[in-house]
Amino acid sequence: MFDDEVLPIRGEDDIVTARGRARERAKALGFGMVDQSRIATAVSELTRNVLRYATDGRGEATLRPLQGPGARVGLEVVVADDGPGIANLSEAMRDGVTGGQGLGMGLPGTKRLMDEMEVDTGPGRGTIITIRKWRR
Amino acid sequence: MGRVPIIKIGDTLIATVQEDLHDRDALDLQADVSQALERTGARGVLLDLTVVEIIDSFLGRTIADIARLVRLLGARTVVVGIQPSVAITLVELGLELRGVPAALNVEQGLGLLRRLNGREARNERRRLV
Repeated sequence: MFDDEVLPIRGEDDIVTARGRARERAKALGFGMVDQSRIATAVSELTRNVLRYATDGRGEATLRPLQGPGARVGLEVVVADDGPGIANLSEAMRDGVTGGQGLGMGLPGTKRLMDEMEVDTGPGRGTIITIRKWRR
Repeated sequence: MGRVPIIKIGDTLIATVQEDLHDRDALDLQADVSQALERTGARGVLLDLTVVEIIDSFLGRTIADIARLVRLLGARTVVVGIQPSVAITLVELGLELRGVPAALNVEQGLGLLRRLNGREARNERRRLV
């Protein structure tokens, strides 16, 4: 197990760092190749949204190991920004009819890659997205 | 020129994409491929993704854009070497790279490009007859 790791998201390079660290953490926790790819990709999607939509494109990603009941091991990633927030979350979570991504934030796809996803947002109060993957 | 090397073999351009591509490298690749096509008149572009460990929606869209762009410049694109874990992630993400032919490896990719270009040449002749 490792301590929480907080990574600033301020520029394009931080996307690469964050997804790389998430993959390393997932590997250290014993996740397989496919799950490592799912987790790294989900982190890439969420951190890119921070740069794209948050105020001044700033936020942070926290990587957190999880110990569930029955020696269950997981990885939690919290991506937070204090941007404008998502006004229409149900729209943002809807898959586009053409296989696109609703509002184009990639949230439905990100959710499919993970076991759990929670979005805490609202107009004017930023966005906190928590995703979790449990080791099988 | 961006970080992705592009070499020409016969009438095919081969671009070997690195492990962890930054967004700007992906955009550079798009520009570099179109310039190389214009310069060389190549008929095919092979994007070798063998060592790529992550294709997120940005890179996926950029690859699809490159394929469309290459088509407009009179050539065809084939992607090769997508790792199984990356392929699974792409499908779950909802990015199937529609309209971008794929092959398992460089050798099969070159064969697919030949067939794609051959079919086109035959159709062209048929139109002319």
